[in-house]
Parts: sequence; structure tokens; C-alpha cells
Amino acid sequence: MTQRKISGYRRENGRVGVRNHVIILPVDDISNAACEAVASNIKGVLALPHAYGRLQFGEDLELFFRTMIGTGSNPNVAAVVVIGIEQGWTQRIVDGIAKTGKPVKGFSIEGKGDIRTIAEASYQAKEYVQWASELQRTECDLSELYISVKCGESDTTTGLASCPAVGNVIDKHCADGGTASFGETSELTGAEHIVAAKAASEQVRKQFLAAFEDYTKLVFDQKKDDLSESQPTKGNIAGGLTTIEEKALGNVEKLGKRTKFVGCLPPAVAPSNAGLWFMDTSSAAAEAVTLWAASGAVVHLFPTGQGNVIGNPIEPVIKLSGNPKTVATMKEHIDLDVSPILQGEMTIDQAGDALLDMIVRTANGRHTAAEALGHREFVMTKLYRSA
Amino acid sequence: MIHFLTHDAADNVGVAVVDIAAGAECVGRNLADNAPLKARSAEAIPLGHKLALKDFAVGDSVTKYGCEIGKIVQAVKAGHHVHTHNLKTKRWA
Repeated sequence: MTQRKISGYRRENGRVGVRNHVIILPVDDISNAACEAVASNIKGVLALPHAYGRLQFGEDLELFFRTMIGTGSNPNVAAVVVIGIEQGWTQRIVDGIAKTGKPVKGFSIEGKGDIRTIAEASYQAKEYVQWASELQRTECDLSELYISVKCGESDTTTGLASCPAVGNVIDKHCADGGTASFGETSELTGAEHIVAAKAASEQVRKQFLAAFEDYTKLVFDQKKDDLSESQPTKGNIAGGLTTIEEKALGNVEKLGKRTKFVGCLPPAVAPSNAGLWFMDTSSAAAEAVTLWAASGAVVHLFPTGQGNVIGNPIEPVIKLSGNPKTVATMKEHIDLDVSPILQGEMTIDQAGDALLDMIVRTANGRHTAAEALGHREFVMTKLYRSA
Repeated sequence: MIHFLTHDAADNVGVAVVDIAAGAECVGRNLADNAPLKARSAEAIPLGHKLALKDFAVGDSVTKYGCEIGKIVQAVKAGHHVHTHNLKTKRWA
């Protein structure tokens, strides 16, 4: 089959993005107000407020910096204004993003106050947004897109229809030389043997099982019951899913039939080369998609059964559902209806092709349902309490 | 019309793909080999919920996707609804 083409933004480092955001990135919780003020002053920029960035340490601090720098470095972002309370961590984030070659500038509040900082950052944001507005899309191969996949508010139709449709896309995208990532470590419980069998090498298999055992230990260390209040979720149960094993077996349908995964990534780390990658993520949708966006993913595929409404500020989230009730009752959230699969009126292969078409349309500029509805969930993963 | 699907020939529960009424003669299909299946519902099974394809005793494993998805904690007769009231995880218990 001829390689599908998309019209994307080729960034300074050669990576291809499908959006052209200028973001105002707070280093810490107390700089959210200044960032939101800049976004209010300058039209067409996007502030990304979040809850963290103070007194973190160790692995949690490293993940914080990876998430900040990775978000700014994502090819869907044209330029970045960084605002922090103090100069040191602000500059560390600026320097990390600057390695991509994209325009980035930092501003710190101490010794100056919010108002002067907002004024200076607003002048810079205005320059960036006017510059970015003249960048042109160019023809790129679909295989140049890094795609992430994760489902949410799953039900049994997810495993029958929407997850296999995503798996079909993974098989086709990776066979074409594309890059993709899956994760949701805890939600592989009961299907970890299936995932392990898809590892491309013994070393990758061992790395995956080590990450899985580590997450399982966390669950057992913290749990007070059989997690039946949390996993499966109330929505999962309403949709007919009974146990974590059943949920996981539907989940892993997203990995495709033929594709082996080539490596394991810590959260918010970019894949070093093409192919399918496991990333050790939370199974909570907004946290996980934020980590993938920080690893450079530019389009997310999100199967839902009962109707999760999540979006992300910089990575378009394409939703598909195989539940005909959800497609009818929550139609404004669903980009692709694959429910005809349930009656044998659509094959998995046809659903995969329809999803590829939707990826192309989204990459070319079509707003996803989540974008049109203003879903911009930017949720950092915090590993433990701050110092 | 298809009433329920199974993923694998070894599955002992089917997934309702329409709302099934009590006492309905149900037409099913196994996705792995397209084999036709039949079952009679003993109670209403909502779309997405599981229908027992055999009688289960306490302690029996339930198989879906050809894999274990948990253990039966309350006996279930064929045609009945299999869900959180009679099926529990084996993993986080």
C-alpha cells in the first residue's frame, strides 16, 4: 500500500508535529497565575497550569524535569515561554527545551513581582505567536508521526471492537516504520504474559516484567482491599467488566497481532528509534497522556467503552468507541464509531483503515472532539511526597 | 442479529452485544473461528455484560479471551448473568 501522507510542521530538529502551539509553561504551582495572565494578554497562546514543581527530589524531581522539558520539546509546540518563581530551575527547563532548536525564553518572578514578569513575558509571547502563525505545514509521511495509545472507561466492547481497531493501526503503522507507545502498567494485570510474549528480545521481556512487578509491588504495598472500589472503575463495571484480568485482556488488544515491542521506557522518556515501545505509566488517562506528550507523541488514540472525555493541551486525542449506546448518548466526544464490528458489519481491518484515515485528518488539522470541547487535561505524575 | 460474542473457543462466558431479555433464544458467534453459538438467557443481560455458557460451581475459573479472568464466588447456572456478584479477581484479592 502507498504510504499515507500528512501535512505537518517539521521542527528545527527534524521531528514532525501536527499542531503549532505556543505554550506558556509554569515551572511551579505558584507561577500558574502569571502564565494564565500572559495567556489572557496574548491571543493564540496556551498556558499549562499544574500543581507541582516545588521541593520535589530524587526520581520524582527527575520525572518532573523530564515532563516539563519534554512537553516544551514536543513537535506539536512551536515556541515556549517558561515562567518560574526563581531563576535556577526556570533556566534548567529553558536549556532542556532549547536543545530542540526551537525558540524558548525563561522569566522568573523573584525580585520583580508578577506584574513586571507578566509584561515582559507577554511581549515575548506576542513575538512567538506572530512568528509561529507564519510557519507553514509541509508534506510528511504518516510514518513520521509518533503515536501513543491508551484506553479509558473501558467496557467489554473495548476488547471486542475499539482496542482491536487500534491494534490493527499499530500493526500497520509499525510495519511502515512508524513509532508508537503503549503503557498502563497496572492495567496489564492478568495479561502480562501476553505482553511479555510480544517483547522483541529476552532483554526487553525482562525489562518489561521488572517494571510490571515493581508496579504490582506498589499496589500490594498500598492496597487496603482487593481494589474493587478503584479497579475496575465504576464505569468499567457498569459496562460489564468484572475483574482487572478481564479489563487487561481487552486492553492488550491494542498491541496488535503481529507487532513486537522493541523497548521499555521510563515515564516521559522519548523512544530512541522507530517501532512499538512500552512506557511504564499510570493507568489514569490524563496522567498517562501527559507522560506520552512529554515523550514526544503527537497523536493519541483513545478507545473508550463507557465514554471517557479526556483531552490533552498539546497532543490531540482521537476517541473511538465500539459501544453503540455510548456513540449515541455521548456522540460529541466520539471521533470514530466502530460499533458495527459487534454485528459483524465492519471488520477489524476496515476499522483500522478508518482510524488511519481519522489520524490523517487529525494530523492535517481537523480538531478532535476533545479539542473542540476544550479538554486540556495536563496532569503531572507525582511519585511520592515532596521534601 | 447477533446477541453475544466469544473471543476464543475455550471461553465459557459470552458478551452480550445487544440488550438480551430474559428467556431469549440467543444467537452467538466466536470471533476466533467464526463458529456459530447458541444459548438461552435465564435473566436479562445488558449490552456488554456476560452470559454464562455453562454451569459454574464456587471456585471454578471463568475463561474469556482463552484466559482466566477470575474465580466464581457464588454458583451460576448457564444463561445467567456473570458479574461482580458472582465473579472476583484472582490477582488483587
